[in-house]
Amino acid sequence: MEKELLAFATAGSVDDGKSTLIGRLLYDTKSLFDDQLIHAEKASKSKGLSFTDLALITDGLKAEREQGITIDVAYRYFSTPKRKFIIADTPGHIQYTRNMVTGASTVNLALVLIDARNGVVEQTRRHALISSLLKVPHLLVCVNKMDLVEWKEEIYEKIVQEFDEFSARLGVSDIQYVPICALEGDNLVEPSSRMTWYKGPTLLWILENLHISSDYNLIDCRFPVQYVIRPQTVNHHDYRGYAGKIASGVFKPGDKVTALPAGFSSTIAGIDFYQTKLQEAFPPLSVVIRLEDDLDISRGDMLVRPNNLPEVGQDLDLMICWFSTKPLVLNGKYWVKHTTKQVKCAVKEILYKININTLHRIEDNLTIEMNDIARIRIRTSQPVFWDPYSKNKTTGSVIFIDEVSNETLAAGMIL
Amino acid sequence: MLYAVSHLQNLESEAIFVIREAAAEFESCSLLFSGGKDSAVMAHLAHKAFFPSAIPFPFIHIDTGHNFPEVLSFRDRLIQKLGVKLIVGSVEETIREGKASDQSTNGSRNQIQSITLLDTIEKHRFNACLGGARRDEEKARAKERFFSHRNEFGEWNPKNQRPELWHLFNARKKQGEHFRVFPLSNWTELDVWQYILQENLELPSVYFSHTRNCVKKNGVILAHSPYLALNNGDKVESLTVRFRTVGDMTCTGATLSKASTVEEIILETASSRVGERGGRGDDQFSETAMEDRKKAGYF
Repeated sequence: MEKELLAFATAGSVDDGKSTLIGRLLYDTKSLFDDQLIHAEKASKSKGLSFTDLALITDGLKAEREQGITIDVAYRYFSTPKRKFIIADTPGHIQYTRNMVTGASTVNLALVLIDARNGVVEQTRRHALISSLLKVPHLLVCVNKMDLVEWKEEIYEKIVQEFDEFSARLGVSDIQYVPICALEGDNLVEPSSRMTWYKGPTLLWILENLHISSDYNLIDCRFPVQYVIRPQTVNHHDYRGYAGKIASGVFKPGDKVTALPAGFSSTIAGIDFYQTKLQEAFPPLSVVIRLEDDLDISRGDMLVRPNNLPEVGQDLDLMICWFSTKPLVLNGKYWVKHTTKQVKCAVKEILYKININTLHRIEDNLTIEMNDIARIRIRTSQPVFWDPYSKNKTTGSVIFIDEVSNETLAAGMIL
Repeated sequence: MLYAVSHLQNLESEAIFVIREAAAEFESCSLLFSGGKDSAVMAHLAHKAFFPSAIPFPFIHIDTGHNFPEVLSFRDRLIQKLGVKLIVGSVEETIREGKASDQSTNGSRNQIQSITLLDTIEKHRFNACLGGARRDEEKARAKERFFSHRNEFGEWNPKNQRPELWHLFNARKKQGEHFRVFPLSNWTELDVWQYILQENLELPSVYFSHTRNCVKKNGVILAHSPYLALNNGDKVESLTVRFRTVGDMTCTGATLSKASTVEEIILETASSRVGERGGRGDDQFSETAMEDRKKAGYF
């Protein structure tokens, strides 16, 4: 019953066979129910197909079925005896870059699909860039439709080389490749008998065996206070606990901690999880921390170790991905949500945009529109306690919210 | 593997984080409680999230008037044990007030349920309702957010949802709008059962194998009850069944099962070939039945 959880995002264009791959993975791991299969069979027949199109299983919303494209992030689940998997199924169109960013924000691995006939195309580069921007720890490149290139090793090798050259500029540390045919299941769960030149593991083997427990930052102790628990009952008259999810680091009773922004220090009296007293707490656990001293600490504050403090300040440099149809306004004011804290900010400077296909900086046109990725500088109304996103995804990430419409406008990664 | 956590610990911590986030962000929060297994898990997680404080928000039960009596008695026991306030929204009352009519004799009261729910939310000025819906249940739910925005009419707009990144939930809203919050988004049916076993949670008895009088309609086994009208040719038979979800008695299909313990249910679920909502008459009207109902404010 004890399994690890691995989340991965699939990125690919409409015709890369992404939905087929997911349908196939669900099918081969026996994660589909009869009613889902019957539905796919029926839908295939009504489309005049001679086979059951497993891709139809993953199409969720009406508009998508009508247009035959995936327009939002859809989440799928399957498990094997080794692991439970969450798939963030994201669309590949350029106009849905924001959905890819969303999908990539919570995963351990990004699965990039390449059509063997086309090799590395714009879209592949875009997906790889987004994965590196969002610091997805692992990248798995699947060269799909190998059947349509007669299972040729040279074609696969050429694509691997091409992707390697491109990704070297992105700073992605862990990249693995696998040649597949999603439609027929080659190298998904079972090794392909038609690509005996490939000696590497199957796609599922990689997903099941990838080392992920080191994906968390266990060094820098950060505990954003989410909720203060004060029962004030007869039995728990003096109980005062700070509830939250460990962002990073390992906390233990007896540890000295500093509460930000006040700067007061205290010692951890105990760490509670319901009725259990924990000897240590680490990410991603939700716990309650009690301190030896009565300090004035509330939601939005942060407990850290005195000898390892985050940056504290109001001026931040960020990479952002803009989501809204309304362009970013220079000197405009926005709400920013950072950990459990919400502050106002003003956009002070737009430094450059990135051409997400060539990775080049654009400095002459600084209009930031939907799906643009840009570097900006903001000033917040109050100090925030932050780390660079590359060191800490929780204390390094923000979202921008419109003051009037309340829309989520952008995702930001602090540099 | 010193700092590895199991998938259940991971899901539990995520759900507790989401519940606390909802309680912190909204001044008036509530928990939608159906009496089913998912809401039993939700109640337990809420209890854990604020312990040793009491759960800081009330539970809402939408009473269709067609409930399994076993579910109602379970609900009342749990409410008492947790010491939370229960608010009951009555579908009968919605019908009496003329806001809806009970058109078909055997029709599910699902459509009306949405009206009663929205009325209850409005009456008590709730701006967030926590619910136990999961993304694995149904394809429209696969795209739900943890924090799902509803407009002033309670409608869901699946084509223009707020992007949800990391665990940074945007809870900002205008007057009259509200949120549905789904802490169990990433759980599957099997996760729920494994968690019930791990935490030794009590459930309504209808989840376990029992013998009861049933009627088969269109291949769906329904519980024989005063709410179910019999047509010519409908046969009442005594069957050994259990229910995989609990909803309205008139539309919740039973499965033939001998599983009488949580362990046996886990084995059965792991090898089941039919989705848990496969037995729900209300999802079978059309391919997009759930999406249509959700847009209109259904839970």
